[in-house]
Amino acid sequence: MAKTDIKLTVNGQEAAGSVEPRTLLIHFLREQLGLTGSHIGCETSHCGACTVDLNGKSVKSCTVFAVQADGGEVLTVEGLAQGGELHPLQAAFAEDHGLQCGFCTPGMLVRAHRLLQENPDPSDAEVRVGISGNLCRCTGYQNIVKAIRNAAQAMREKEAAQ
Amino acid sequence: MTGAPQDWTRAPNVNLRQVGKPLVRTDVPGKAQGRTRFAGDHVMPNMLHAKVLRAPKASARLTRLDAAKARALEGVVCVLTAADLADRRAATDIPGQTGRKRLATDQQILVRERVRYHGEPLALIAAETLALAERAADLIEYDLEPLPGVFDPVEALKPGAPIVQGTDNVVATYKVRKGDLEAGFAEAERVVENTFRTQFVEHAFLEPEVGLAWVDENEVINIRVSTQVIEHFRAIADALGVAHNQVRILGSMVGGGFGGKEDVTVEIYLALLAQATGRPVRLAYTREDSFFGHGKRHPFVITHRTGVTQDGRITAVQITMTADAGAYVFLSPYVLLYAVVAGPGPYRIDNVHIDARAVATNNMYTSAFRGFGAAQACVAHEQQMDEIAKELGLDRLELRRRNFLRTGDEIATGYAIESAVWSDDCMTKAWAALGERAPEDGPVKIGRGVATYQQSYGRITWLHDTSEAWVGVEIDATVVVRSGVTDIGAGQVSALAQIAAELLGVSLGEVTVYNSDSATTPLAGTTTATRALYMTGNAVHLAAEALRGRLIGRAAEEFGVAPSEVDLAESRAFVIDAPDKSMALKDLVGICASEGIHRSELAMFRAPFTGEIDPETGQGRVHPDYAFGAHAVEVAVDTETGEVTVLKSVGAHDVGQAINPAAVAGQIEGGAAQGQGYALSEAMIYRDGELMTPSFSEYLIPTAMDMPRVQSIILESRSGLGPFGAKGIGEPALTPVAPAIANAVADAIGRRVFELPITPERIVMALREAEPRKGPR
Ligand code: FES
Ligand code: FES
Repeated sequence: MAKTDIKLTVNGQEAAGSVEPRTLLIHFLREQLGLTGSHIGCETSHCGACTVDLNGKSVKSCTVFAVQADGGEVLTVEGLAQGGELHPLQAAFAEDHGLQCGFCTPGMLVRAHRLLQENPDPSDAEVRVGISGNLCRCTGYQNIVKAIRNAAQAMREKEAAQ
Repeated sequence: MTGAPQDWTRAPNVNLRQVGKPLVRTDVPGKAQGRTRFAGDHVMPNMLHAKVLRAPKASARLTRLDAAKARALEGVVCVLTAADLADRRAATDIPGQTGRKRLATDQQILVRERVRYHGEPLALIAAETLALAERAADLIEYDLEPLPGVFDPVEALKPGAPIVQGTDNVVATYKVRKGDLEAGFAEAERVVENTFRTQFVEHAFLEPEVGLAWVDENEVINIRVSTQVIEHFRAIADALGVAHNQVRILGSMVGGGFGGKEDVTVEIYLALLAQATGRPVRLAYTREDSFFGHGKRHPFVITHRTGVTQDGRITAVQITMTADAGAYVFLSPYVLLYAVVAGPGPYRIDNVHIDARAVATNNMYTSAFRGFGAAQACVAHEQQMDEIAKELGLDRLELRRRNFLRTGDEIATGYAIESAVWSDDCMTKAWAALGERAPEDGPVKIGRGVATYQQSYGRITWLHDTSEAWVGVEIDATVVVRSGVTDIGAGQVSALAQIAAELLGVSLGEVTVYNSDSATTPLAGTTTATRALYMTGNAVHLAAEALRGRLIGRAAEEFGVAPSEVDLAESRAFVIDAPDKSMALKDLVGICASEGIHRSELAMFRAPFTGEIDPETGQGRVHPDYAFGAHAVEVAVDTETGEVTVLKSVGAHDVGQAINPAAVAGQIEGGAAQGQGYALSEAMIYRDGELMTPSFSEYLIPTAMDMPRVQSIILESRSGLGPFGAKGIGEPALTPVAPAIANAVADAIGRRVFELPITPERIVMALREAEPRKGPR
């Protein structure tokens, strides 16, 4: 099958590859870039395990073709930590026990990251709506919600301090 | 050795430094950074991609299977059909390490002639790319001649029913004959009889089954796979016709299991394809494959006929249970047994009569799922308790209180409980935590429900379960634990690290655990049956304790005191009453190393071993011990739409000793969600054996919006058989949730829906049936 060359920014770094038209973004990230943090739980857009950020929006990367991301900016879980320091969301997920098997976690974190850009101070209910496209079978969502809210607070405090 | 653990488990836990603290689990930082390598993240050079072709019918004869076109496709390296497997068969029962005899349940690996369930594998393909493997699957030609099937276990028992298994479709039966049933009913002032039904349920772990197999330079078949049980390597070797030491299974962190990765899944196909091609092979199930590719929770039909006195004392219970085993045996006999043991619930009933059977049908096969029969039993006994209370006009909690088991009482199978039974405490606390009742609003009615349970932890005692662990201390005083146990997301590995850290006086960060490799880690058994912490936690405890004894002995010599006067903490050895007499653990270990004192220990923990129960009376010991607790909920039911909202959800459990309370609370919260799905929305629907719900758009698990905030109440009797008196929480967290919700819905609408899931349609129907009684509209 004819391949298309694509160029994009992934986690702040230039990435390039040659993909078939039907190659999904999740497969490009995992197989060509070796970024295996984003997971595949269904490939039918239901579970959210593959969630990444594309051009400032949360997308399920199993429903986006890699060619659609050409020229775009992608953020995955691997890009959340900065300068060797955990992102406040990652720190909160660890501190608040916001994960168990951890399979949903990368998608959850990247989704939460976008959610907090959209709404830096969400209520419990707003967090629940905001992550309702991401399934978790282990945690009952309880500590995920808690972690996201605690991270939001930490991020606001950090912002205020600056 | 077997006697040893009892001594320390009963000792009071004083001065615990690591155990009992809500520490950040050792596996969490890696997972929060997306750095944890799951089984599907591994690839190898020259790797092939595999696909399983499945039968699109539930009951048929395979009259033709022609893979010639698929084999001819360029890039297709191997196609295996039953004709290529000679008479190889796969074992399906008793996964794990036990040396006890297995049931005669071996089955075909690929369909030879008869298709028995929708999705049964017809062929395996390995190709250079996944796309080619998928194309090849489409090119395999086959003819399936429909055969009459049977899709209901009651139908399957009728004379003339199509035979799926054996001669009469009966997969297993159990009975209990305890006390004098007739005398019990004679004493009763009321008899209450009801029938409860449950559905097929899917585990829906987020990580579908996946693995990678390769043959190494020693001809060993290595399989890295997402599994709860690495000790399937023996069953794989037997199926392949090679020696047990020629198959190695390596686990990874598992993306959820819940019993669904307890049986063999992809590893048998991977092994066959790697053996046939000599190349590495990767097989990743799609979600649809996963729905077809592992056993479901058994649907049960359970009838309780209960005799009670007017003041609420249960004098007799007669229970019948019929479980749908689906097309193959798998763990059905054991699931059925667990349902029987838990049948009457956590109540002292002297006269018990149970008849239970698991029956083969052409539905999907059923097997292990968190709660393992006891969950279905709980759905029935706890709804029955509420119905009895209603009949007697007695408070639901009070009825339970009047009947709860106490330590020393016999359960249905005649075993007298030795550990704490804190059912009442748990129930009372869970109920109280519901707080103020939400106000009703027009058609929206509020209801409350509670459920209590009796759930075993540890495997059946006649399987003679054991678990091994190795603990060593390095020369720099860091600690290494090696154990075959798999970590399925509940923090199994971290708990082991916490136990070793406690006993060797180091911090959690100073312990590294290597686990889940059948070739290099001591075999620890399965991560199933709420046994991982109990069994392997004890094995680590034994090993660490022995090592601790040696270190302390040498330190005592150095300090010139008795060993009992020395303790280990903060990476130091010191005299308890004279802390200035102290030395760095590193220096102590250095001395031991230079003097050839053994710095490691391999220990085996053995569960209680018994013979089998009496087949006529069902009396005898079945499990090491039981956990008790309760779940309470408050729901809002919209009587116009039938929609249920769970407003409050509280789990209160005696876990014996929480090794890590944060992990325990996590189990309770996750169990609350999985149980809520079981009660309200989840159903694998098979129409004439064909799956109607093959994706997450038809099979609805709870989202964040469906879940309330869950409250966890952790009680610690320290009376369990696990390390530091722990019991277990993996399965108990789920077991009482669905019946609590069922009871709350019934409380809200004044009618009971006797079948799970309690969907809006069923609620509306139950209300309509009730209407005439309310008079004309
Ligand atoms: S894998 Fe993309 S939504 Fe499930
Ligand atoms: S932590 Fe396992 S699916 Fe979310």
